[in-house]
Amino acid sequence: MYKLWATIKKDISVLLRDKVGLTLMFTMPIVLAIVITTIQNSTFELVNNNKVPLLLCNRDTGDASKQLITAIEKVGMFDIKQVTQNQTDQEIIDRMHAKDALVAVIIPANFSEKIVANAKNISGKALNNFGLQADTTKASADSVEPLTLYYHPVLQTSFRLSVNGALRSSLQLVQNKQILKSLYFALNEKELPKNLEDQVVNENVPINEISVSRDGTRNIPNATQHNIPAWTIFAMFFIVISLGSSVVREKLNGSFVRLKTLPTNYLVALISKQLTYLLVTMVQAICIFAIGIWLFPVMGLPKLNLPSDLFGLLIVLLICGWCAVSFAICIGVFAQTQEQANGIGAVSVVLLAAIGGILVPSFAMPSSFHLIIQLSPLHWALEAFYGLFLEGGKLKDILINILPLLIITVLIQIVTLWGLKRKNLI
Amino acid sequence: MAVMNTAAVSIEHLGFTYPGQPNIFTDLNLQIETGERFGIFGPNGAGKTTLMYCMTGLLSYQQGKLSLFGNDIAAHTKETNKLFGFVPQDFSFYQELSPVQNLEFFGAWCGLNKQTIKQRTTELLEVLGLADVRNKQVQKFSGGMKRRVNLAIGVIHNPRILFLDEPTVGVDIQTRNAIINYLKELNKNGTTLIYTSHQLSEAEELCNKIALIEAGKIIAHNTLDNLLSEHKEDGLEGLYLNLTGKAYRDGNV
Repeated sequence: MYKLWATIKKDISVLLRDKVGLTLMFTMPIVLAIVITTIQNSTFELVNNNKVPLLLCNRDTGDASKQLITAIEKVGMFDIKQVTQNQTDQEIIDRMHAKDALVAVIIPANFSEKIVANAKNISGKALNNFGLQADTTKASADSVEPLTLYYHPVLQTSFRLSVNGALRSSLQLVQNKQILKSLYFALNEKELPKNLEDQVVNENVPINEISVSRDGTRNIPNATQHNIPAWTIFAMFFIVISLGSSVVREKLNGSFVRLKTLPTNYLVALISKQLTYLLVTMVQAICIFAIGIWLFPVMGLPKLNLPSDLFGLLIVLLICGWCAVSFAICIGVFAQTQEQANGIGAVSVVLLAAIGGILVPSFAMPSSFHLIIQLSPLHWALEAFYGLFLEGGKLKDILINILPLLIITVLIQIVTLWGLKRKNLI
Repeated sequence: MAVMNTAAVSIEHLGFTYPGQPNIFTDLNLQIETGERFGIFGPNGAGKTTLMYCMTGLLSYQQGKLSLFGNDIAAHTKETNKLFGFVPQDFSFYQELSPVQNLEFFGAWCGLNKQTIKQRTTELLEVLGLADVRNKQVQKFSGGMKRRVNLAIGVIHNPRILFLDEPTVGVDIQTRNAIINYLKELNKNGTTLIYTSHQLSEAEELCNKIALIEAGKIIAHNTLDNLLSEHKEDGLEGLYLNLTGKAYRDGNV
């Protein structure tokens, strides 16, 4: 036991002297977490809080277009800037290029007239179908001229579709209202009463929104909840730079030659390194979480909310840290030089992070990647973290993610031991 | 454990080859008695370091038998490894650490307890003139000081055999003198020294028995005095050139 303790003491002392390694292990992921969270937070706010800037050019003078504008305003997702009706399409496009708006809607000149005529036409047909006498006034059979929707190319397809849907529902509202008015007038020969109009138009079937979090809370996902777990995992795996080259350095310098002649198995050194660097990964996680909890709110970023199952969080951190340490040692055992360990280590961690969903969400990857994703330990670690941080899950809920992570870790350990045995190091 | 009065090192019919290369040793035999100050010399590439690595278990030989005090080195047992200390030519320690930290770590790996390590560390740093820099980072030491740290680590567990691979290379006269005197002192206390070097004057001062190796074969093995009189030479350098020739030996890289 004293051998292990002395080796841990040695490893900690060597690590504390490695200022560059320490800086890489702590500063880089913290900077990454802050920068990426800040950038993503503005995107989240655009979707969750901010309104989409919309240029609206109403070339119509009737009531239907005014009702349409009111309906669009009521949707609540647009910041409407009305432009004068004499602005040309090109001028509107130019304003969009100047980033005045992401979306522009042009209501054609005879919009109201056509909507009314169209409503009369539909109501007339309906009355005839019911066997009632329709209004004898000849309704125009011309279809309504389309609304024009310009959108900035940066707008994602899903977002554009939701804008389109919002406009379509506003338009539907105006059309329905006109048809209703027309039907009522044809039957009663008087205007639709205001209270009835409001009742018919506004009393829709309500939609209950329920968050599917496991603990029933309704925490809206934000950039912090996404990024802090992701970059904590990345930080843990990035110790490959320090630990991988530490193993290679020990192999290459004379100390390793001497160690091999001493009456102690090199496994003691490996266990010591695993314990020492596991401690480092825990300190990394504590630092990054602390920044999320205390520094982010000061910077105007959302605060990190720790999951309710802290024991589950500790277990995930320990297994993730152990996997990261095992991976780094494996790289160190097989690399011939420090340059190899640093290069292979850094590139492989970035690749594993990319396919693991740290850089790009896993669901956004092509289907051909779905098998490869399963091979990245960072994927399973991230899924486990998201289970706790975003879904409010407990340890039992994320066992399905922890188990593959554990299996990958054990496989890495076996490969490492095989490498050491093959090189006659144990 | 074997009985105490057997040879410190016994090599019988040793055969060794690196993978894919010609044989280094085919049938090497050598006996080093307890208490000797034994020097192994030879030109570059003769097989000195390979032989030392075989004796310390760093390389696994393919044929023959090699034992330390009767214990087969190939078994790699803790007991056998405790018998010897090794001072490699390269600095074999953690330069980021202080001498005390290095001795604490390597002492623990030699199987010593905390109290013994503390006591041995104080003794060794005092004897080797490192007491004043005991807590300084070794990285900042001169070459001579690093050599002494290298030596201190090799002897922390009071080994019965000490293997030294060019222990004084690149040091000044004072440091060399101090190291040689310390080694003699160790030998007086019963440690068998097995030493390689290209410093022949130093070897003359330290060794009482020598072996000359040429192309993996022992071409001379006796006390220094006997070898000098046998070959009518008045110094080790003359004897060395007489037996191994004057041509360069490190061309086959």
